[in-house]
Amino acid sequence: MRLNVTVNGEPRQAEDVWPGESLLYVLRERLGLPGSKNACEQGECGSCTVYLDGTPVCACLVAAGQAEGREVRTVEGLAEGEALDRVQQSFVDAGAVQCGFCTPGLVVAAHDLLARVPEPTDPEIREALAGNLCRCTGYEKILDAVRLAARR
Amino acid sequence: MTKPAEVTRSTTGGIGESPLRPDGALKVRGEFAYSSDLWHEDMVWGVTLRSPHPHARIRSVDLTEALRVPGVHAVLTHQDVPGTNRYGLEHADQPVLAVDLVRYHGEPVALVAADHPETARRAMKRIKVDYEVLTPVSDAEHAVHGDGPRLHRDGNVVRHVPIRRGDQNATAPVVVHGVYEVGMQDQAFLGPESGLAVPAEDGGVDLFVATQWLHVDQRQICYALGLPADKVRLTLAGVGGAFGGREDLSIQVHACLLARHTGKPVKMVYNREESFYGHVHRHPAKLYYEHGATEDGRLVYVRSRIYLDGGAYASSTPAVVANAATLGFGPYNVDNVTMDCWGVYTNNPPCGAMRGFGAVQAGFAYESQMDKLAAALGMDPVEVRVRNAMSEGSTMPTGQVLDSAAPVAELLRLVRDRPMPAERGELDLRAMPGGVSNTTHGEGVVRGVGYAVGVKNICFSEGFDDYSTARLRLEVLGGEPAATIHTAAAEVGQGLVTIEQQIVRTELGIQQVTVHPADTTVGNGGSTSASRQTYVTGGAVKAACEAVREKLLKLAVTRFGEPRANLTPAEIVSVLGTEVIEETVEWRHRPTTALDPETGQGFAHVQYGFAAHRAVVDVDVELGLVKVVELACAQDVGKALNPQAVVGQIHGGSVQGLGLAVMEEIQVTEGKVRNPSFTDYLIPTILDTPPMPVDVLELADPHAPYGLRGVGEPPTISSTPAVVAAIRAATGLALTRVPVRPEHLTLEEPR
Repeated sequence: MRLNVTVNGEPRQAEDVWPGESLLYVLRERLGLPGSKNACEQGECGSCTVYLDGTPVCACLVAAGQAEGREVRTVEGLAEGEALDRVQQSFVDAGAVQCGFCTPGLVVAAHDLLARVPEPTDPEIREALAGNLCRCTGYEKILDAVRLAARR
Repeated sequence: MTKPAEVTRSTTGGIGESPLRPDGALKVRGEFAYSSDLWHEDMVWGVTLRSPHPHARIRSVDLTEALRVPGVHAVLTHQDVPGTNRYGLEHADQPVLAVDLVRYHGEPVALVAADHPETARRAMKRIKVDYEVLTPVSDAEHAVHGDGPRLHRDGNVVRHVPIRRGDQNATAPVVVHGVYEVGMQDQAFLGPESGLAVPAEDGGVDLFVATQWLHVDQRQICYALGLPADKVRLTLAGVGGAFGGREDLSIQVHACLLARHTGKPVKMVYNREESFYGHVHRHPAKLYYEHGATEDGRLVYVRSRIYLDGGAYASSTPAVVANAATLGFGPYNVDNVTMDCWGVYTNNPPCGAMRGFGAVQAGFAYESQMDKLAAALGMDPVEVRVRNAMSEGSTMPTGQVLDSAAPVAELLRLVRDRPMPAERGELDLRAMPGGVSNTTHGEGVVRGVGYAVGVKNICFSEGFDDYSTARLRLEVLGGEPAATIHTAAAEVGQGLVTIEQQIVRTELGIQQVTVHPADTTVGNGGSTSASRQTYVTGGAVKAACEAVREKLLKLAVTRFGEPRANLTPAEIVSVLGTEVIEETVEWRHRPTTALDPETGQGFAHVQYGFAAHRAVVDVDVELGLVKVVELACAQDVGKALNPQAVVGQIHGGSVQGLGLAVMEEIQVTEGKVRNPSFTDYLIPTILDTPPMPVDVLELADPHAPYGLRGVGEPPTISSTPAVVAAIRAATGLALTRVPVRPEHLTLEEPR
């Protein structure tokens, strides 16, 4: 099938999409946007978190066809040119990035949190990010990053 | 011997600072190329058919139906392996593709390449394998002493390490016994096994892969493909975590086989389920301990037997056995020790390296014993540890004298003397055991505090020729001195690339340092494991800087007519002009020796790292749910080359230990893996993880570059026993097995 989807503000088309493919597969393998990560492909780790019509979702759990005609914003669409988004910059500055495989999903999830709750408490940060697994950092510096981003 | 560095340079971002990671911006933008992100014109996808049985004879394999699927480019079996169908880190005992026998659930049997991953998976399901199912050997202790089948030609014992030191018949007035079990933990790195193999016109292959050691992969691939090293070229692709799970091969040979067979670039990416089958795990263990002490709490003797379940193939089991044995008494002074430690073949999933590497299993047991001893003596658990704590000059059970700092008592005091976290305040479900499941508002919730300390060897041991290679190029670019550092050492997330830049900045006094991608066009960098890369590759980078500086200073004599001790960046530009200085240096740490095969005596380890934890937990004793409230750590790191990265390692290691304490286990029944998913294999989320205050000591090791001490593993040792000790304190239960599950807390008899 042919899929029409707006990605990071740009209308895109993907040809010959097999209906069983996920939005994640289409983004990564057909549209050249591998920033959303494929860590579990079953909705447990949050590494593939993207905005779908403004709501954060696990792209691995969205069938490609469900995205037809909708707007997707991925981690690649957060920075303004060379300038990183404040969440991205804070993750780098706070040391919240080690291997970085969880980072795109966490950045999108934290970006969404700060859009909804500009000054989150620690329990609010923990609750908002509880769907994103990280194996390297022990999450302490991720908390630091979100606090830092909230102050910026 | 090296003095701790004195940094008096004009540059910023040298050692002792925490400059930003060079790959950080790419990673937060989603633009860093991990091994699963690679793409090549005309590439096809490879998948692996794996055995559904832990032990079975293969009667026949029929590929006919699979080959008929449109879009399939190749279906391969062991008959298509052109070289030797065997690989392994220490023993080449594992087939690339099974021949006539499968020895574990998930063993690779056949490969398929097709133009879409789903096509490949569907074709794979049409391969017909006729298995004669055999009874699996699933108990490690029985595999050593029982009368079951021999799983490999030389029997079921991969390695036995004995230690005998002091009076083997020593007696003591206070004796505590314990039998402990450790479940099978998974590294659960987030980036799945993956890579891209590209066939080359010269008959060779170029492989882009996530791994921990390019050159040991290369050696094994060459052996299996029957190719010389110059025909098998590896480049490190972006690595999404490792923790030991990428030391053994996964897709490497398979992808190369498919690429050479199809003549096309082949991408392989495991999904999470396959990842659980596709790498080795932490050895499950059964540990028997007897501690004898005086009435004032001084250890007289320790006797131990440890069984480590290595699963179907050897992997790094021999080295894990040596670690569990030599570190198996903990950081305590005791003159009379007896140890027998076995690593064993079974039909369980293969086990090998995971952060902590043998020291984790032993650490849970010996620290549980120290708590038991404290209880038997009516003594404070920290006090009994401090009373027996090793220090610089102490003798290890191997006879090796600790010849640098060993601040065991100080680390314990640091975590003990920290202020306690606040008592529970107003009800917040997120802070409760059971969390927002709303299982308690405080009824039945009891707080407990526990302590532990641990020891880990740093770098490779037992006489291994452990080295790294660094190539450094210095030139003038855009009017500034610029260095390029090239090693084959794998950045897996820990921040080695930052450390390499920092060392060059400090050593050469220049700002601009580029890290060349790691590949096999430069010499061996050794493994990213054993907490060794900052030490060994860091040492190599430093040595390469010294070699470059020597040449530079010689040039400076010509330029200035007199010798100079240091050059400013402007002077470097003036001295170099259009010249390029390039030096390649191999660097080794001090040598170690083998263990005596009868007594386990020897100068086996390069360096020891120590960490201590205090855990505070809230336990819902009625439902058996645990909330870790705080996990404080103190660790000596010799010299913090990058303080932010050091603390990041301590946090990450601590949480992996927490996971083993309360949730992480690959459940294996009669050799079958029952929970290969993140739905059923749980790792800590941000809600499971408490605040983790850290004390970092910097007591320089005079034998190490800059005085540094490996950081990555020590916090993984003491975290688990500290959390379990806290749960014991809250519940009064014996808790001899990790992970502790709700049923252990609600159905066990009090101790």
